[in-house]
Amino acid sequence: MRLPDKGLVDRDHVLNFQFNDRPFKGFSGDTLASALLANDEILVGRSFKYHRPRGIMTAGSEEPNALVTVSRGQSNEPNTRATVQPLYEGLVAQPQNAWPSLKFDALGINDYLSNFLAAGFYYKTFMWPQPFWEWLYEPLIRRAAGLGTLDMAYDHDLYEKAYAHCDVLIIGAGPSGLMAALTVARAGVDVILVDENNRLGGRLLSEVEEIDNVPGHTWAADVTAELEGLSNVTIMTNTAVTGAYDQGTYGALERVGHHLSVLPVGLPLETFWRISARRTILCAGALERQIAFPNNDRPGIMTASGMRSYLNQYGVSAGKKVAIFGNNSDAHRTARDFANSGVEVVAMIDSRPGVSKTANYPIYSGAQVVGTSGRLGLRKIIIEHDGKTEALECDALGVSGGWNPTVHLTCHMNGRPVWDPKLASFLPKGGAIPGMMVAGSAAGTMDTAGVLAEGYNVAGIIVKDLGKRTPKINLPKSENGPYEITPFWDVGGAGRAWLDFQNDVTTKDIKQAAQENFRSVEHMKRYTTQGMATDQGKNSNVAALAVLADATGRGIPETGTTTFRPPYVPVAMAALGAGGNGKGFAPERFLSSHVATQELGAPMIEAGLWYRPSYFPQTGETHWRQSCDREVEMVRSKVGVCDVSTLGKIDVQGKDAAEFLDLLYINAFATLKVGRVRYGLMLREDGHVMDDGTCARLGDNHYLMTTTTAAAGQVMRHMDFVHQVLRPDLDLTFVSVTEQWAQFAVAGPNSREALNSILINNINDETLPYMGCSEVQIGDVSGRLFRISFSGEHAYELAVPSRFGDSLFRLLLEKTKELGGGPYGMEALNTLRIEKGFITHAEIHGRTTAFDIGMMHMISEKKDCIGKVMAARPGMVGEHREQLVGLRPVDPVKEIISGAHLFEIDDISERKNDQGYVTSMCYSPSTKSVIAQAFLRNGRARIGSKVKMVDHLNGVETICEVCNLVFFDPDGGRLRG
Amino acid sequence: MRIECPLCGSRDRREFYYQGHATALDRPKPEATPEIWDNYLHNRENLPGITEDLWHHEHGCGAWLVVKRNTISHEILSVWLAKENGL
Amino acid sequence: MRFSGLKILTEGLKGNSGWGPHWRDPEPAQEYDIVIIGGGGHGLSTAYYLAKEHGLKNIAVLEKGHIGGGNIGRNTTIIRADYFLPGNSEFYSHSLKLWEGLEADLNYNVMHSQRGKISLFHSDGQRDAMIRRGNSMRNQGDDAELLSVKQLRKMLPYLDYEQGRFPIYGGLLQRRAGTARHDAVAWGYARGADQRGVDLIQNCEVTGIEISGGVVQGVQTSRGPIRAKKVGIVVAGRTSQLAAMAGMRLPIESHVLQAFVTEGLKPCIDHVVSFGMGHFYISQSDKGGLVFGGDLDMYASYAARGNLPMVEHVAEAGMTLMPMLGKARMLRSWGGIMDMTPDGSPIIDKTHIEGLFLNAGWCYGGFKAVPASGNCFAHLMATGQPHVAAQGFPIDRFRTGYGLIDEEGTGSQHNLH
Repeated sequence: MRLPDKGLVDRDHVLNFQFNDRPFKGFSGDTLASALLANDEILVGRSFKYHRPRGIMTAGSEEPNALVTVSRGQSNEPNTRATVQPLYEGLVAQPQNAWPSLKFDALGINDYLSNFLAAGFYYKTFMWPQPFWEWLYEPLIRRAAGLGTLDMAYDHDLYEKAYAHCDVLIIGAGPSGLMAALTVARAGVDVILVDENNRLGGRLLSEVEEIDNVPGHTWAADVTAELEGLSNVTIMTNTAVTGAYDQGTYGALERVGHHLSVLPVGLPLETFWRISARRTILCAGALERQIAFPNNDRPGIMTASGMRSYLNQYGVSAGKKVAIFGNNSDAHRTARDFANSGVEVVAMIDSRPGVSKTANYPIYSGAQVVGTSGRLGLRKIIIEHDGKTEALECDALGVSGGWNPTVHLTCHMNGRPVWDPKLASFLPKGGAIPGMMVAGSAAGTMDTAGVLAEGYNVAGIIVKDLGKRTPKINLPKSENGPYEITPFWDVGGAGRAWLDFQNDVTTKDIKQAAQENFRSVEHMKRYTTQGMATDQGKNSNVAALAVLADATGRGIPETGTTTFRPPYVPVAMAALGAGGNGKGFAPERFLSSHVATQELGAPMIEAGLWYRPSYFPQTGETHWRQSCDREVEMVRSKVGVCDVSTLGKIDVQGKDAAEFLDLLYINAFATLKVGRVRYGLMLREDGHVMDDGTCARLGDNHYLMTTTTAAAGQVMRHMDFVHQVLRPDLDLTFVSVTEQWAQFAVAGPNSREALNSILINNINDETLPYMGCSEVQIGDVSGRLFRISFSGEHAYELAVPSRFGDSLFRLLLEKTKELGGGPYGMEALNTLRIEKGFITHAEIHGRTTAFDIGMMHMISEKKDCIGKVMAARPGMVGEHREQLVGLRPVDPVKEIISGAHLFEIDDISERKNDQGYVTSMCYSPSTKSVIAQAFLRNGRARIGSKVKMVDHLNGVETICEVCNLVFFDPDGGRLRG
Repeated sequence: MRIECPLCGSRDRREFYYQGHATALDRPKPEATPEIWDNYLHNRENLPGITEDLWHHEHGCGAWLVVKRNTISHEILSVWLAKENGL
Repeated sequence: MRFSGLKILTEGLKGNSGWGPHWRDPEPAQEYDIVIIGGGGHGLSTAYYLAKEHGLKNIAVLEKGHIGGGNIGRNTTIIRADYFLPGNSEFYSHSLKLWEGLEADLNYNVMHSQRGKISLFHSDGQRDAMIRRGNSMRNQGDDAELLSVKQLRKMLPYLDYEQGRFPIYGGLLQRRAGTARHDAVAWGYARGADQRGVDLIQNCEVTGIEISGGVVQGVQTSRGPIRAKKVGIVVAGRTSQLAAMAGMRLPIESHVLQAFVTEGLKPCIDHVVSFGMGHFYISQSDKGGLVFGGDLDMYASYAARGNLPMVEHVAEAGMTLMPMLGKARMLRSWGGIMDMTPDGSPIIDKTHIEGLFLNAGWCYGGFKAVPASGNCFAHLMATGQPHVAAQGFPIDRFRTGYGLIDEEGTGSQHNLH
């Protein structure tokens, strides 16, 4: 019910919204929860297990009950807390977890069966008959479980991530946070002030007490105005700090667009921030807790402070006749504010004896609420006082079991909070987060005057710590009524008394867990699911601990707490993973020939982060194999061009470059002559192959090495390691020049002719023999030419600065076309290399040794190299190793499949008979056969024998001949020709 | 998590590559026993508390760093260049 | 007390007053035949199988905190037998078979759910590697099926097949893979061991290992000395500390692995799905939360908590693979300490000290191994011989180079597995 003339909502600005398919009106400044209460919508949801009717319980992000699905445009957002959803024109919300309707929920039957659904019941049943679990029991449980429904469509809303840096981060802008911010800001320190709500003030917005003779919210607005005027202050509203991480890093979620009907293009719905702060002041306040009594979960029963917030901030009374039940002095403020607002207060029930009864409403001291009635909304409470039991009619009950300081962030680095018996709460452990101090109610200070003073004092310490002078500020005048509490957790009695409202955990469940020896707090939590709901126990954990402590005959400190872990409030995956959807997950790297390649219609495939052409289809070709076969034949008979710029290129210079490379590669490079290129193999220190490539000596102290595409980053890092960590005495430097050079393979019998048509100075066998390299001129452009081959043909790789890559590629296409050639893609490149027995990372996959691939002889006897010692371990060499060989089907029409395993012909294809596996295969146009590479146990000794290839997955079995790795031109005549 | 690179200043953990314990600084001689090599490459003290490990400022200056830190608290006590280790 | 639906009914009618403790809390005796250090999943299952299969009675499990409080209390609950290298293949196959009979064996519903695991691949090279893997699984006698994109679209219609950074080429399905309720596994083994006379001693921290003449004599604990003829170290995450008490230095580096759960949602993800390009795996619990994880944080740590870069990276991987995840909210993140070995595979072996046995190095794959790990370790401790399914896990493989089980192919750097 909305009261006239109260609250901070804008009554001139009416908003229409829908809930549960019915239209309502609210005001600007409302949350969905306050607007529902204003419309007397008491029933808003159903609980998880027993499907009990649920109403709004709190006025904050800790809300366990009022979870709804909000629809916005195309998307539905499940599990939205109505208490933090700002109202906007046209908002549409639906209740969840109720079928067929919120009022009549079929699974409400569970409530009547609750004796059979007690804590952990499912661990003890559903075991017979065994197959029933998979097809009956579990599907039923799964369908009943869960809260809201996730849209299964692509989430197109915009989310973002951002970084922020500051000297001081202040978390929470209630009285302590505002005071701290003012102090730090006036000292001239860079400060970020963060608050969950859309305006600053925290609890001040919900109270009637004055500060410096003006209403608290007015004081907060004045401070906000000053802070907004300072250039060293950043205010972030609608932002919750979600986690505390190492070295002053915090995660924070800003709800940027949730208050808007329609998001303007480019405005994110949410932004996930990483804030790096030198110091932090936690001013997160405190959260009120419940008291357990029978049927304490009815719609209409709320936290007393939440009820007060709705009254004072939104001008909404939760009921027409309200009662308050508490164990502390703060509860009385709620009763007072309601009475002063003209709402009938039927009772203020205080469990503490001897409480003053001077008020214009009935106060019951030493009294308790022992029962309630009203299934879909509270109608009556039963109270016990002075030895009598009495029923009182009321439609709203505010409960205050005391205040828990919001210590959560201080626990994110394993800090355990400390029990304070006087406050009957856990307080943050000092120093639990490096650089963080805690002030205000979060530190256990409960009166406004104390909170303001503490904000100032703590800020002063931090300002001094940062080497600045603390400004003198006169503390504003404010109330300093003491907070007095006598702990009272559980009324007891026969009925069920709820602790965790969402998960339906009652005091009985906790007691049963203890009875079954789930006495450790972690066991209790996991057995009962206490505190595992979406509020993560914010409303109920401390009371549950108290009940467990009582049930096990221990004190609360000995019982301990469960661990609070990030995030403080749940964070949408779209915010945490912002930018990851679609192509955003990883960078895309494009060749300089990318555009020209696409113009030719080549399908692109991923090679690590790169995109490379798979093949270049020509008119009439309908299958990739046709294109591939043609390209292979073209290279073998004429000439082909392929962009190989993805290979890592590292420029190595210095007087010790040769010595360095000798340590890096298994074979020698000091002996390489200037103007020559050599194939090199490098190992990891554990003796397995890391990478292979070529290395050219461009000058006495100048090498240019290439790596495979996949290992470029790893090799660069490894070289940095070998130089800086192992041999800092060596005088050299190196840098990756992968991006700086575009490089093209020109391969085939006509390759030299093609090149000579564009080079200023022609090359021949003398000026550029096989495995030679030289500087060349292409028009005005200087390039490098290497006579190396990955195809087995007379071939070159021509490199030019990347900016000329596109034009060179087009030029090469034109020139090779004149000679009957053209471009070739990855499929042909792969076929060409398999025909020649060359290897890729399909073979050097991290588990292979130089011995396995037949390159043991390359390990130089004369020098040390990385991996040499470990490569000689007894397990790394010998007949038991799987060695790389060639395979060819005995029957030429048979298939070979990469990944298939090998067996002796007469053996059953099972693990103990496993002889190896196929790594690469292709159809070889040059040999007119399917050919493959495979690792085969003691394979080199088995060349000429036959093995059985079995692929269970595709149902293929092929008898293969083990053969030499090199299928084409085994003596290499074409390379030199 | 942030690391103070001696060359670049305080940087987010995302810029760094972690390799492992700083044992890797003391590469044995080729003729050392298999046990010594096994210890170098595989075996670790690995006790909770202060440790020294190797990080590469891969997305920064490229320096290999020795980082002295606490594996219980993630506190970083000091950072120096691996190439200056022992100087 | 035997658990059953009938028992639930009769107890429910009596107001659930008759349920007794799932296990006792005995005082430690002065001497045991066998002491197991570590009351996690592996330690509890070891004790269970020692008592059940080897008829041993005088056994204690010593646990520093509460049982099931380590990595079995916080993981992504995935059970699979989809390894491809010898050593792993036969072991995880054995484990999966034990899982399949576990509830009947323990009389405890651990909610083992064989909902199937699908491993996606995103390139020709990954497909070939997946075919190799699937064939290893089939050679071992386990199930594996190759799925085309067409089949995947039917089973997992919510994946991004069109716009994702790495196109989906297909998947490898193991139908017998799935999940289980992790805590219940610890409790079921604890109850089973307790019923067979094993003393489960909580809040009992081992502070020293007594060795004399190369033979183990017992342990020192926070609750006094306990003599033992045989001692098994089964304390994943804390292995190096315990080993140091026996003067050993192990091929282990401790790392943090984070995992995550969302708020409860109505059923939307029916399988376990893993993303080949982004270290991301996800399933939905019976309670409705989406449980997912990724890679290590990648720095040595005993903090049992992680940092944002990996949290965000995992969420980004989720978003590129299944962009309908966007409105699901991450509710909780947690971290565990992983024993990372130089080949990513575990160690189940004797030590050079007579009577002292080691079960360690589970990296981040320990949950699915719980039944076989305990079963095989019990066999080793009882008979002195490795179990036929766990012969591939000796500690000296790193020194000799024989039988390395490097599934990732990343070599001797501990954190890369």
